Amino acid sequence: MGEIRALIVDDSSVMRKIVERALRQAGLDALVVHEAGTGAEGLELLRSKPVDLILSDINMPTMDGLEFLRQIRAQNLAQGVPVVMITTESSEEHVKQAIQSGAQGYIRKPFTAEQVKERVLPLVHAA
Amino acid sequence: MAVSLRESVERISDPRNLDASVEEVFRLMLGIECKREAGPAIVENESVTAVVGFGGVLSGACVFRSGAGTALKIATRMTGMEFDAIDDTVKDGIGEICNMLAGAWKGKVPELAANCGLSVPAVITGRDYNLHVQAPEFQLRHTYRFGDRVFETTIVCDGLK
Repeated sequence: MGEIRALIVDDSSVMRKIVERALRQAGLDALVVHEAGTGAEGLELLRSKPVDLILSDINMPTMDGLEFLRQIRAQNLAQGVPVVMITTESSEEHVKQAIQSGAQGYIRKPFTAEQVKERVLPLVHAA
Repeated sequence: MAVSLRESVERISDPRNLDASVEEVFRLMLGIECKREAGPAIVENESVTAVVGFGGVLSGACVFRSGAGTALKIATRMTGMEFDAIDDTVKDGIGEICNMLAGAWKGKVPELAANCGLSVPAVITGRDYNLHVQAPEFQLRHTYRFGDRVFETTIVCDGLK
């Protein structure tokens, strides 16, 4: 697989590093990571940098992950790019909301690298 | 239909849910097997406390508390980096641990998972402070150990619809 450019959006810098490590452990060795600490920063990055994959937390201050996702779609950013939500929220209702907002995948924290591999790699291959 | 948890308080306050949540978060995110132990945590002089609030059908908080040394060890396991003081990265990591504990705990009861929101974590560091909650509906306060390290996790519920 060639170079994969991923945008990781999470207000926790530690979680961004953990997600990056999990992606590398999942086999995405040629990974270029862009990090955003807020949804607004994520939107700004998407306006200037093309990406192949977006992973976003839901529970963030100022703009939560679902609003970030809605804004991506409303502003026609990152068209065709798979979005995976990574969050502590685990109810069916939250998964449904994320899918309705345009997410293709959902990973619940805490997670293993194996779960990241199972849920992210098929989306990257299909995109 | 309005959701009521008033009838489910015994199920929600089941102490096994908290133990399972702590064990799951530490095993999956840190590769650490931790076990509950009797008695209060031996808290070092300087301590780190993270709080994540619950809102919705249940109001209250999940509180993680450890000594500074334990917090540094947890942050090292999370990031692969060495720390010699409680800096912003350590506080961020401990806040995330508390966030995952709160999410895992509420996820054990489906009505709670769907109808109870989480706040972003707040982290407090310092010496000689205590957390007081007046007349909670229920409170679970457990001590856990991994290796020679101990920490406390508390669930405080001060309102249940």
